[in-house]
Amino acid sequence: MAILEIKSLTKVFGGLTALSGVNIEVGEGELIGLIGPNGAGKTTVFNLLTGIYAATSGEILLNGRPLNGLKPYQITRRGIARTFQNIRLFNELSVLDNVRIAYHRHVKSSMLASVLRLPGFSREERELKAKALELLEIFHLTGRKDQLARNLSYGEQRRLEIVRALATGPQLLLLDEPAAGMNPQETNELVQLVRWLRERFGLTIILIEHDMGLVMQLCERIYVLDYGLVIAEGAPETIKRDPRVIQAYLGEEAS
Amino acid sequence: MDLLQQLINGLSLGSIYALIALGYTMVYGIVRLINFAHGDVYMVGAYAGFFAVWHYHLSFFPALGVAMMVAAATGVLIERLAYRPLRQAPRIAVLITAIGVSLLLENLGILILKPEPRSFPEVFPLALYNFGGLIVTNRQMAILAVGLVLMVLLQYFVNFTRTGKAMRAVSFDMEAALLMGINVDRIITVTFAVGSALAAAAGVLVGIFYNRIDPLMGIMPGIKAFVAAVLGGIGVIPGAMLGGLVMGVAEVMVVALFSSTWKDAVAFAILIFILLVKPTGLLGRPGGEKV
Amino acid sequence: MALVLILAGVGLLTALNIGVALGRFDQYLLGVMTMAAINVILTASLNLINGFTGQFSIGHAGFMAIGAYTAAMLSLFAHWPFWLVLLAGAAAAGAAGLLIGLPTLRLRGDYLAIATLGFGEIIRVVILNIPVTGGPRGLPGIPNLTNFFVAEGVMVVTLVFIYNLVNSSHGRAFLAVREDEIAAETMGINTTAYKVIAFSIGAGFAGLAGSLFAHHLMFINPASFSFMKSIEILVMLVLGGLGSLTGSVVAAVGLTFLPEYLRQFSDYRMVLYSALLIVMMLTRPQGLFGKKELTDLLHFEGRGGLGHSRDQKLD
Repeated sequence: MAILEIKSLTKVFGGLTALSGVNIEVGEGELIGLIGPNGAGKTTVFNLLTGIYAATSGEILLNGRPLNGLKPYQITRRGIARTFQNIRLFNELSVLDNVRIAYHRHVKSSMLASVLRLPGFSREERELKAKALELLEIFHLTGRKDQLARNLSYGEQRRLEIVRALATGPQLLLLDEPAAGMNPQETNELVQLVRWLRERFGLTIILIEHDMGLVMQLCERIYVLDYGLVIAEGAPETIKRDPRVIQAYLGEEAS
Repeated sequence: MDLLQQLINGLSLGSIYALIALGYTMVYGIVRLINFAHGDVYMVGAYAGFFAVWHYHLSFFPALGVAMMVAAATGVLIERLAYRPLRQAPRIAVLITAIGVSLLLENLGILILKPEPRSFPEVFPLALYNFGGLIVTNRQMAILAVGLVLMVLLQYFVNFTRTGKAMRAVSFDMEAALLMGINVDRIITVTFAVGSALAAAAGVLVGIFYNRIDPLMGIMPGIKAFVAAVLGGIGVIPGAMLGGLVMGVAEVMVVALFSSTWKDAVAFAILIFILLVKPTGLLGRPGGEKV
Repeated sequence: MALVLILAGVGLLTALNIGVALGRFDQYLLGVMTMAAINVILTASLNLINGFTGQFSIGHAGFMAIGAYTAAMLSLFAHWPFWLVLLAGAAAAGAAGLLIGLPTLRLRGDYLAIATLGFGEIIRVVILNIPVTGGPRGLPGIPNLTNFFVAEGVMVVTLVFIYNLVNSSHGRAFLAVREDEIAAETMGINTTAYKVIAFSIGAGFAGLAGSLFAHHLMFINPASFSFMKSIEILVMLVLGGLGSLTGSVVAAVGLTFLPEYLRQFSDYRMVLYSALLIVMMLTRPQGLFGKKELTDLLHFEGRGGLGHSRDQKLD
């Protein structure tokens, strides 16, 4: 069964159509690439999926249940997590706090228990910290746990964004240009990491990426957006040969 | 007829608010600062006008000119000494500094000018005109006329002069303006000068109309004029004019229909209503965050 | 080093309390100290809203007024016991914070500031116009139940409450809202709820401070809760540092004593006060303590400056 179904999704911004009638279907455990030229509407798909924007029309189903009208935090609780193209860490907070905040939906202690420092609260805080540190360890960020997020290097910040997304406990992970600004070696590591993450956490992943090499290497299926329309869909090999894609996207780069 | 009478009274009061609101809105448009000291610059202007008439025996227009120049100098000085050093600082720090400047001006006023209210000398004898039952004083006409002329001049200045156009450019995008070779510091200075001068004009007009000035006279009109600026859409010059007039009329109407003790609440009730329905104000531009 | 400073602080506070108990301070000084404690509560509670949750409220005196009037009327007309009166004052203000926060907190930045200013003024004008509050003449004859120990005790409870709240998962949600609302929401945080909760708790503590205030001065009128009172609290908060409870304590105590100290300059007092305020903001725009707490500063020294981490305080 499909974990995610997007049915004729349309988004209009004050007369400007950003997406028109987009259909995407993602099966459980798939690794999907979402590509297209700048302004094609890729990030808009993510913003609609996570409830940051409301769709003009169309439907989004997660595990067969509609997401329309839900607030972003409710969608997170349904199991979608994302990273941001323009990195939105909590800059003035420590790396550890960034991750602990992402565990928010799993916190059980009440506000009163927190204020009164009841035993249950302290236990939960300890567990939370241990879980956060475990995750940071996987991403080689343990040594940076007390640093403010803004003091991390660019690559570290991108990694921390992924850690934070994972901490929310998602089924579906949306990565918005995870390799942007990374050098070839870091990009290579990222490819390994994404594959490993999928196995380790049983994730379904959609990623937006400009680095064609990375997308072709990593993704099993690719959707191509252009001017808010899906112009092609299929395996990397098919996409590479599709004349419409070459025209709209690859052609643009080749010229 | 009574309603029309109140409308005239409201428009006079509204012109005052509008003149003060313009300074708030211009400064906010350029440096994104709620200049809390603006109401006190209005007070400084009123006193400058007072001394020009009372001590130097100037007539209305020269006194108005003197008051506007003194206030302009005060405004520019405040910006130089208190705000400019904090241009890179968090905005709340500048806001607190502005509050500090406001308190300083008020307390200097109490110290130097004495806390007692003073009655403004009669610049021209009160005359009443009866237009078929509608009573208008020559002072009200002066307020409306001066307010109107200054607002027209300001519109001309902002839309048709080089400096005015540069001002709009800075308000739209300060960095781009800087890259285009606009001297942003100079534009900020001009903005403070013009805004303060307009407030001074309001101060002198209030002195003439209500015949009474004191060192704390700027607090309430200052807040209300700021509310008027938000009401019209902060940063938008015609918005400040509209907001000021609406506030003036609403306040006079409430006093006429209910009680004067409610008038302060009504100004804020209107404000909150507008903020909740259309947060960018009557004539404001919509803005959103890009994700 | 840390231990020495903490011991010194505790020692100083103990000495102060023994001094008060032995009657070594005159009534005037005790009055100022009580006001300082009340101002600390006001500043710390505004810190929860403005400093930790990143909202911009400048109408705090309105909530203080609701607490003060509720408490004063319950004391005068219903003769409730003092502790219950205090709780009722806090509850009333907290409820008002909830009611006002729900529609208002959709606004951001300066717009939110102006709306809270507006609500603060509306509260004052409503009190001015309803007969039961005594209108502009105010409420005289409130029993003098707030002494220094009561004010100090409530202050400590307030500080511990806010400190514990901020240093918990819920508290980190407040900080996340301050840092980046959209990212916070994406992390599963109901940002609207957290903003309203912070606003309501902050308002509740302001109401508590108002209740203490009414039973300290024994007389209240609407003028005590004007816009200038809100500004006074805001100034204390920003001077101490948004997001630093240590800063709130130091600035609130300092700025309560400063005008009293400046009394010797009689007419120049308020001029000096405002000039000092400007100079302090020009020299330390981030406030005296920035976002740091005393514990961070000590930690910073001890560990060679790894940056501040709230984590250390939990262990």
